[in-house]
Parts: sequence; C-alpha cells; structure tokens
Amino acid sequence: MTPDCAGPLRVIVATDCGSTTTKAILIEKIGETYRQTYRGEAPTTVEAPFEDVTRGVLNAIAEIEELSGRTILDGDRIITPSGVGGNQKVGVDLYISTSSAGGGLQMMVAGVVQSMTSESAQRCALGAGAIVMDVLSANDGRLPHEKIERIRALRPDMILLSGGTDGGTVLHVVEMAEYIAAAEPRPRLGMSYNLPLIYAGNKDARERVTDILGKKTALTVTDNVRPTLEQENLAPARSTIHDLFLEHVMAQAPGYKKLIAMAGAPIMPTPGAVGRIMETIAKKQGINLIGVDIGGATTDVFSIFQGLFNRTVSANLGMSYSISNVLAEAGLANIMRWAPFSIDEQDLRNRIKNKMIRPTTVPQTLDELQIEQAIAREALRLALIHHKSLATGLKGVQQERSISDVFEQTGSGASLVEMGQLNLIVGSGGILSHAPRRAQAFLMMVDAYEPLGCTELAVDSIFMMPHLGVLSTVDEQAATDVFVCDCLISLGTCVAPIGQGPWGERCADYVITLYDGREPINGTLLFGHLLVVPLPAGEQATLSITPARSVDMGAGKGAPIERRVRGGAVGLVLDGRGRPLQLPTNENERVRAIKEWHKALELYPD
Amino acid sequence: MGHTYTPGLTVTPRTVMSKRRLLPLPGTVLVTVGEAVSSATVVARAELPGKVHVVNLVNQLGITPEELPAYMLKRTGEPIQQGEVLAETKPFLEWFKTDVRSPITGTVDTVSTTTGQVILRAPPRPVELFAYLDGTVVETFPGQGVRVESACAFIQGIFGIGGETWGAMALAASSPDQELTESMLTPDHAGKIVIGGAFVGAAVLARAKEIGVKALVVGGMHDQDLRALLGYDLGVAITGTEQVGFTLILTEGFGHIPMAGKTFALLTQLVGRKACVSGATQIRAGVIRPEIIVPLAPGEDVKGMEAGQSGEARGGVKIGDPVRVIREPYFGRLGQVVGLPSELTQIPTESHVRVMDVRFSDGSQAVIPRANIEVLEG
Repeated sequence: MTPDCAGPLRVIVATDCGSTTTKAILIEKIGETYRQTYRGEAPTTVEAPFEDVTRGVLNAIAEIEELSGRTILDGDRIITPSGVGGNQKVGVDLYISTSSAGGGLQMMVAGVVQSMTSESAQRCALGAGAIVMDVLSANDGRLPHEKIERIRALRPDMILLSGGTDGGTVLHVVEMAEYIAAAEPRPRLGMSYNLPLIYAGNKDARERVTDILGKKTALTVTDNVRPTLEQENLAPARSTIHDLFLEHVMAQAPGYKKLIAMAGAPIMPTPGAVGRIMETIAKKQGINLIGVDIGGATTDVFSIFQGLFNRTVSANLGMSYSISNVLAEAGLANIMRWAPFSIDEQDLRNRIKNKMIRPTTVPQTLDELQIEQAIAREALRLALIHHKSLATGLKGVQQERSISDVFEQTGSGASLVEMGQLNLIVGSGGILSHAPRRAQAFLMMVDAYEPLGCTELAVDSIFMMPHLGVLSTVDEQAATDVFVCDCLISLGTCVAPIGQGPWGERCADYVITLYDGREPINGTLLFGHLLVVPLPAGEQATLSITPARSVDMGAGKGAPIERRVRGGAVGLVLDGRGRPLQLPTNENERVRAIKEWHKALELYPD
Repeated sequence: MGHTYTPGLTVTPRTVMSKRRLLPLPGTVLVTVGEAVSSATVVARAELPGKVHVVNLVNQLGITPEELPAYMLKRTGEPIQQGEVLAETKPFLEWFKTDVRSPITGTVDTVSTTTGQVILRAPPRPVELFAYLDGTVVETFPGQGVRVESACAFIQGIFGIGGETWGAMALAASSPDQELTESMLTPDHAGKIVIGGAFVGAAVLARAKEIGVKALVVGGMHDQDLRALLGYDLGVAITGTEQVGFTLILTEGFGHIPMAGKTFALLTQLVGRKACVSGATQIRAGVIRPEIIVPLAPGEDVKGMEAGQSGEARGGVKIGDPVRVIREPYFGRLGQVVGLPSELTQIPTESHVRVMDVRFSDGSQAVIPRANIEVLEG
C-alpha cells in the first residue's frame, strides 16, 4: 500500500463513511509529531436522493476547509500534495477512508466442525471487520434442507467456506459446497453479479470445490484458515476478504468506485480499521487490551491478549436501533439493577421501544440518562460474554499433560480473555465518549466488565480510531502519535480486589504514594464501598495494597502487592464492591447502594 | 452539521409517489411504460428455485460414492416423479434388488461422487410482484421490475408490522385522543383499513383479527401488547413480514398517545377511499417507515387540506413550525417552535446540545433538544 504522494506525509485527511454520518479529520505534522487538528462531519449520502457516497465525503472535508482555512478541494477533486504552488495552506499529502455505510460487510461462514474449522472461519471474518450472519457446519445439527434454505434466505455480501485441515476430510467440505451450490445464493446488493465466495479449507478439496462452486459463485481460493489442528492461519483469507470487499461489495454501493479512486490507500471496513489500530498499539506497548465500540446497532469488542488479536461483533446489541434487543437478551431485572430508582415495567418497555423507533433522540432528563446508561452496562456485559466465548485458544488441540495438571486441568479452547491479566480497557461510541461526566463512562465499563486487580481505562475522544487504523497501514508512526496524543482520553485506574465479604468489613488496606512530595494517602477499603483518589491525567503514583485474608489482588489470597498506577480524568478508583460484583437483593438496599456509589464518584449532579 | 433540520414524518393531502417495485431475483417484467396499473396488477413475475431434498443414496444402497453413477436411473437435470425409482442395485438375483425412490416430484440437481448424496429439486415456485399502487408505470428495469407513479395523499407512520395490503378506509374513533375499544370494531370493518385514535390494547387487537380487518392505524400501543401479539420480544426494528392477521401502523409511538390532529383530520377526510398500506419499518440506513397511500384522481385535491413542503425543500426547521416532541419528559406533545438559539445549551443531564424553544397548545413553553423534536411535515 503506497500513498499517492511521493514526498513526506505532512498533511492527511481521513474520512469514515458511517451508516448515517461521514466523519472527516485533518492530521498535520506539527514539529516532529502528528496531531489531529480539525474535524468535520456531514450526513452520509449513500441513499437516495444523492446515491453517491463521495458527496458526503466532500461535504465533510468542506467543513474542515472552513474551520482550518486550508484549501483541500478543487471542485470534486482533493488537491495533492500539500503546499502546491508554494502555499502551505493548500492541499493534503494523503486521503484515506474507511466505510461501514450500507450495513458494512455482512458475511456467512461455513466449515466442517463447529468448534474447529467453522470457528476459525468465524474469527477470520470477524477480524476482517465483517458481521457474521450465520455459521454453518456439517455438525451444527441442522438438516441439509434447513442449511440450504438458510443459505438462500440470508443474502450475504460474501461467503467464507473453510473445512478440513490440509490432508484431512474432503467429504464433508464437498458436502458443504454442494449445499451452497444447491442454494444458489444471491448477493445482498445488485442482481447482476455472482456472489463472492472464498474457499479457505482443505487444499485437497480445492479441485472438487471449484468444480461445484466455480460457475455458481465468484470463487476465490486461498490458503486454509486451519491447515492443522494446532495452527490457525487467518491472514491470507482475511486479506482476500478485504480485496473482495473492495472489488465486489463496495463496487456495488453508490459512488464507491469514485471513492476508491480518490483514496491513496485501500478503503477498509470500519471495524477492521479499528481492530488494526488497537492491535498496533497493544503490540507496540506490550499490553493486554480490550477495546469496545458500542454503537447504535452493534457492539464491537476487540481484545489483544499475549499478542493474539480477536474481534467479535454483537450485531444486535446497540444503544438505538438495537436497544430493544438489549432488553430482550438481558431481561428487565438485569437492566434495572443499575438504576438508582424503581420504574414500572410497562413504562420502561415503552421508553425503550420509543428510543428504538426514534434512534437519534437524546436523554433530556437525568432519569432518562440513567436508564440509557443502565442499558449500556448490559449491552457491554453481554457483548463481552459473547467475545469471551469466541476469543479462545484453538479447540480440538491435543494437549500434553504433566503430573502438575492432576489437580487443575484446563481443556483446549479456554478463553484468551483473562481479566486478571488485562492492562487497559478502551471505550468508544457515543454513550461512552459523550457521557456528560467522564466518571459515568468509567463506571459503566467497570460495572459491565468487572476488571480484576489494577486496570486502566480510557475513552476514544471523538471516534477517530477507524481513521487511525487505516492510517496505520500507510504510516504507523503518524497513527500512533495521534492515537496517544489526541484520540485517547485516559480516565484513570480501577483497583478491584478479588473476593467477597460482608458489607462494611475490611477488604484491603492501602497506601498511595504520590510523586509530587505530598503526604502518602492511606486507609482501609471496606466491602461495598467505592473510593476515589484524585490523580490527574499524566500523573502516576505507587499503590501498596494489603488485602484481607480471603481477598486476592493477583498475588494470592491475603498477599500484598505494590503497583505503579496512572491517573486520568476520573483518577484512582478503589472498588471494594467485591468480585464477582454482587448487588443487594433487597430493592431498598440496592437503590441505597447504587446511590452511594454514584455519590462516591460524583457521577451525576445533585 | 451546519443545518438544523430535524426530519419528521410526512402527512400530506397531495404528493406524487414514485415506487420502485423490484423482484427478489431476475424474472420477467409484464407491463410497459405508460401503462395504467392498479394495486392488484401483476407487474413482474419470477420463478423461485424449488426446495431441495438431499438423499444419501450410498448409505441406502450400500455402495461407495464413486460407484453411484452406475446405479443411477436418472441423470443430472432429468425430471423425476415422486415415487419413481431414482437408483437401484443390480444383483444377480432380482429378489435381492434394492431401489431408492424419489421423495418428491422435480428434477435431479446434482449427483455427487464425493459425498454420495443426490440433491433433488422441486419445481420452481412462481413469484408475482403486484403494482401495490394505483398509478402509471413510468420506468421499467428489464428483468427486475418497474417504477410506478401515483398522485396520492400520503401519511407516514412511525412504526408498523405486517406487509402490503389495500382496502377501503373506515373510521372507528371519533377523535384523535379516543382510545379504540372492542365495541368500536364491528363486522362492517372486515376487509377494511380501520382508523383508530390514541391507543389500541390487546383485547382490541384480538378483536381486529377476529373480524378480519386488513389494517389498523392508531396513535400508540404498549410494547407489552406488541410482544403478546407477535409472540416474541421485537429486538430490532426491521418489520414487514409478520403475519398476525392484519397490518398494524402506529402514527406516534409506544404508549397512550393521541394521534396528531393533522394526521387524524386527513385520514377522516379520506374515509371510504381506497388506501394502500404497508407496515414495513426499517430504522437504519435506508429508513423505511410504514405508510398509508390514498391514490387520487388526476387534478383531485382533498378538501380543506393544503399540501406543504417536506424534507430538505422546506429549508430546515423555522420559527413557527409545528413540531411534535418525541422524547420524555414532554413525549407526544405538539407545539410550535418559538425560538432557535444557535449556541449550545446545557440540559439537565449536563450535556451541551442544540435546543429549541417550543410553545405548547396550553401556552406553556419548554426548552427541548433539537434531536428530540420532529417537524410535522407536509
């Protein structure tokens, strides 16, 4: 991937074409560091009457022109490179974009064994930024005609067929290919082209699969996603998905051919780009990270643990279009346990449905805001459960046992998401990024994820991770600079001892040593309490904590630890509510506890 | 974003509706440009591939997949009748012969020498595409469908369930704030598009089904009654395929909400006329709202009603515009814009948002986020 300028990158304009809004940012090199300087947005113009995505892109860039005083557009053309005619306020060196307009990339995946090749194929598609509409497997319990009917009904943008390790089963892979052929699947967009299908299964079955599907689909054969049981090879198929997304899916969407021609790097699906920047940062800093983007329709969760990247998308967990589904999945009781008041079920149900049918409305009253934030906790919690179930080690792998495994055996396919090993949680999406007080975003994430031990939290300031993800494919340094300086807003650190105890009893003793010469802060954290120690962004402190005998801070029950912790907009939060977090079952006590926690973090105005 | 336009639902006594009617898969267009059509006119037809049946012959015949072609009596593409022999063994003694008969009438789609299974396909099913509107074909898309144009009165709802239907409109409520009760639905409403007032409950929905109304248009309902009607909790607002016995359209939302006066007045004017309605709702990119379309004769106007401008043509929300509040604490109330401050204003949640001042019909006034109002269009 090469930028379409030969010279150095000084000025970059990037857009993300979302379903409703196209967001543009300007990045400039100031001194030796890249900084995000201006942003603009305009309605996305994929739908009638415009039916040309570039109109929205040009409008969003025009807003940046207005704000920055830089001339970027010459009619419908982006001026490159910067400094044309000696004027430093003219042109940009690179234009890049991501897109999730028109519903993003919707895929169906198929494999042989549900927990092995199908799961690898699913991870591959999700990692590429797709929404996986269904996963079909030879052993998924559905009868052949049910599989065929399902394939026909789905109308995905693309199918990924895997199955069999190299040299393994051919029979079942061919069987799946035959079902797909019998279904004669049609693509979601357009009638005039064949559905793109990627075959990434047993190499011995390639010929037969080509015979069966070659004429009925736009078939691309790539390396097996699961060449052996012990090995997953997702990169080639993932890259093919990106190529086909551009060639087939995007080319069908109005105006995208023009957009592809305008851009200096391939257009990426938005979630694929977000995953890319998170992976880059986690690897660069050597940390374990969970990122979440909670949108109106979907919630994306990204994780990088021990360098292994995983992404899942919970397609129907969101804060507006899908808000009603959060209620359906979580249940009313789970949502209402987070609210500092009781509410009639009928009233709440109607309010949630009204938000679903009018998704752009905003809470005007405090109780409306608190209800939305209660729903967000459940959406975040459910999306993480979904993520944990898929972000696993490879299943079906033979394991060698030693005598030490006699007492504790873990099966293959355990979740990679170890909350005790987690360093950073990054939240994104309107409900987190635009929460009126930063502490609200902090507590929403802590309540939903229940981090263990010491975990930092941050939010994406203005949702520029997609832009930075695609930028990282061109210039990693520029993307990292902006991510660190302008994208992330550090909220602080959550310190959560593991264990439970009677409310009001000692959970842990702590000493916080600040580096500015002030007296150390010490005290006792009680079960059921939340404490906040102000520690501004950019500052650090040393935390010494001695847990009670039944409580673990990561070093074993009762064992003291010492950690360097970072501050943020909220500060250092000592969470004595226990892990797993339990709320009082008595309604009056629950409301009282929630109100106390809110007060401790000054979550809402009095 | 530079403009302050908050899109609303269109309620207009006269507009020109242009609808693309497309087949789900390639087929034949049956009408030509300029042709007059009515709702029930079939404008295009296609054949849906038939259902498939998978028969694992090798297991039943006790042979290997490679041997399968030698045992087949029917080849790929050949027609076959239900009960007809599909494949058989050729033993030395006839008495030991095993045969497998076709479970369906159709054709042999594939014979696999890898998996040993034979896929049979039932005959294709015809799919007919109706014009839906009374109007004129103004464009054809070869193999795909047509565009039909119609002069009509047009009312958008906020949410609906159930597909396209048409019939004569009948009024069941006498005012926009009247709740629809069981006794207000009579056998005369069978096959009709019935207009209610503020609210419909579970018992009335059951009565509507029993009578056989084609569609019900009301201000609001409780989510709990929707769940009972559907049999499940609707998670995502993509509807139009539900089969609950009738099409249901809400004009305002969930809860006990009077129908907007203008909507009720227009619907009242059109009682007795034919309406084409759809409950299909999709609240994502490419928004689809439920609709009530009443075709008008050339040059006809609905008495006492004036068509306004809608959408971007209005040039955004202005002082004096009629609006409806679409979020608590003033949810469902109608008023008029009396102030449009340009600066961001802090609201009780502490968010800083753009707001507008709205005066309600009782003379009271409130500051409301612009995102929480809808302009009454048309």
